[in-house]
Amino acid sequence: MTVNALAEYEYTSRDSLDKFKGKQLLYINWEKHRMFSRPFVLALPPQTLFSVIVDKYITDCYSYHPDFAQIDWSKVIWKNSNTVFTPDLSKSLQENGVGHKDLIRFTTPGLNGLAGSGY
Amino acid sequence: MDMKVAKKLGLKERYTLMTRDLAWETTYQPMDKVFPQVGYEGLKIHDWDKWEDPFRLTMDAYWKYQAEKERKLYAILDAFNQNNGHLSVTDARYINVLKLFLGSTPPLELMAARGFSMVGRQMVGAGPRVACQMQAVDEYRHFQTQIHSISNYNKYYNGMDEFAHQQSRMWYLSDGKSFFDDAITAGPFEFMVAIGFAFEYVLTNILFVPFISGAAYNGDMAAMTVGFSAQSDEARHMTLGLECIKFMLEQDPENLPIVQRWIDKWTWRGTRKLASIGMMMDYMLPKRIMSFKEAWEIYFEQNGAALFGDLERYGVKIPKCFAQTVEEKEHVSHQTWIGFYMKPDATPFHLTVPEPDELDWLSSKYPETFDRYYRPTLEYWAKMEKEGKRFNNRTQPMNCQVCVSTIKFNEPGDADETCFRESVYLGEKFHFCSDHCKDIFDHEPEKYVQTYISSHQALQGNCANEGVDTNAPDFNPGAHIADYWRLDPRATGDFKGSDDEKNFAAWRAQATKN
Repeated sequence: MTVNALAEYEYTSRDSLDKFKGKQLLYINWEKHRMFSRPFVLALPPQTLFSVIVDKYITDCYSYHPDFAQIDWSKVIWKNSNTVFTPDLSKSLQENGVGHKDLIRFTTPGLNGLAGSGY
Repeated sequence: MDMKVAKKLGLKERYTLMTRDLAWETTYQPMDKVFPQVGYEGLKIHDWDKWEDPFRLTMDAYWKYQAEKERKLYAILDAFNQNNGHLSVTDARYINVLKLFLGSTPPLELMAARGFSMVGRQMVGAGPRVACQMQAVDEYRHFQTQIHSISNYNKYYNGMDEFAHQQSRMWYLSDGKSFFDDAITAGPFEFMVAIGFAFEYVLTNILFVPFISGAAYNGDMAAMTVGFSAQSDEARHMTLGLECIKFMLEQDPENLPIVQRWIDKWTWRGTRKLASIGMMMDYMLPKRIMSFKEAWEIYFEQNGAALFGDLERYGVKIPKCFAQTVEEKEHVSHQTWIGFYMKPDATPFHLTVPEPDELDWLSSKYPETFDRYYRPTLEYWAKMEKEGKRFNNRTQPMNCQVCVSTIKFNEPGDADETCFRESVYLGEKFHFCSDHCKDIFDHEPEKYVQTYISSHQALQGNCANEGVDTNAPDFNPGAHIADYWRLDPRATGDFKGSDDEKNFAAWRAQATKN
């Protein structure tokens, strides 16, 4: 459907890729650890290595949770939205097929938040 | 010679003359050019005279009633202020409720005043135009009286002085801002359904009753009186909203699917907006009235269902989000407080972890969910706070493209999972908190691609004051955003140790001790 309007109704997206000066948006969520309330967003160059996502951004945000130290990274399940994928940590976001406004959700089997609460 | 004295007109006759004789068919210009907005939404109106305002209020009567209310209200406000009423509230924590209210409500009353002024001009019939004009004046009055009642607190406590600046900029105010921006940029009939019906009729009690009762329970005579003064206006607004729905539905059977879509959309948007009221009720009032869950049951499940029962004869169905809101009433207030507590540098009001007795109150009010999902986190935070490791999530949020809430709500039917939805429009991904928000987007994507999302704006370099080089390689938007918001650092962080806590205790001691 389109907007009903009296005049021509054309507006560009407020968050299209060109507005981020060479960077792209990336959302990250640790599933079943909702103490962090919601996913967080980053603006990063598409050449950013996936290892930086894990070692810097994921660690900075989520290491506050007591489950974090127990993560077995070889068992982590990665999803881009609802599609499971296996990221190559030595490759970039672009090479891993991660685009503008993609949502990376990772699950840590066996770790389900404080007292299994999902938080 | 006998003098012929004209008989004085009754109220009903005067109303009829005003609402029937003040409108005419234009001749210099065709009617559809003078009133273009009433046609483009697709609604068919055959006879504007069928509009009936059950209040039949004339302007002179309106001014008289309103002036009387104002006199009473300001007499009480003056007395409250002159007697240092702010020191008679239950606890200085209560004042944070007023800070939340000040940022989130008066600016929206102003938007409602603007919206009804516009719709008053756009409608063809004099009946709805007069009713909209009065409601516009009412909304403006609510905007002013709410600010006046809180202004006295602003002399003593931190975090209230920049609410107008923050309204269109701060992350947690974006949901309400977006709600009204969406309504006011729709056509006049959609605006009437959005604000007149879904908000003023279906959901208003969940906004106003908790604030007014909360004020009464916590010794805030000023806010309580403002609430009561507005309530009689609200009764008239509810009637207008309902009348408008009936008018649209009675005019043409083809109007039903359009109106139904608006009811579905706006009941949902209103529900999302009320999540912060839930958090206020369950976490911010020192003395609580009832849980958010109980309020939802009374005002939405029972009263709302009765209302939709009445509208069934027009073919209107209960909003399609109804079942989901019932499921979520167990969760949203806790999820919202978690979202606020973890951002101690990002609100102009103070935060707290509930005390043990408050945790017990929450367990008793939410026996199915609180201990299972929320208590472990809140207890963990209390423990960490004692160890000097207060939680601070410094990341920026992901928001729903439609309601602009942070994306944190449950997958329907599965309280263990966060709900994520997305659409692709012109090659770009858009994310939503729910099926309902996704539906709203998919119906009018051109509108919602324009949504203002604070975290995205910051990352684009649009949320920094002049003089900050947003193109510098080490530019960190988070370092500048508090200045951009004009966020007073004294107003942020935990209540414990705040200026508000210390000052309130000191001033109260002066009044009660030697």
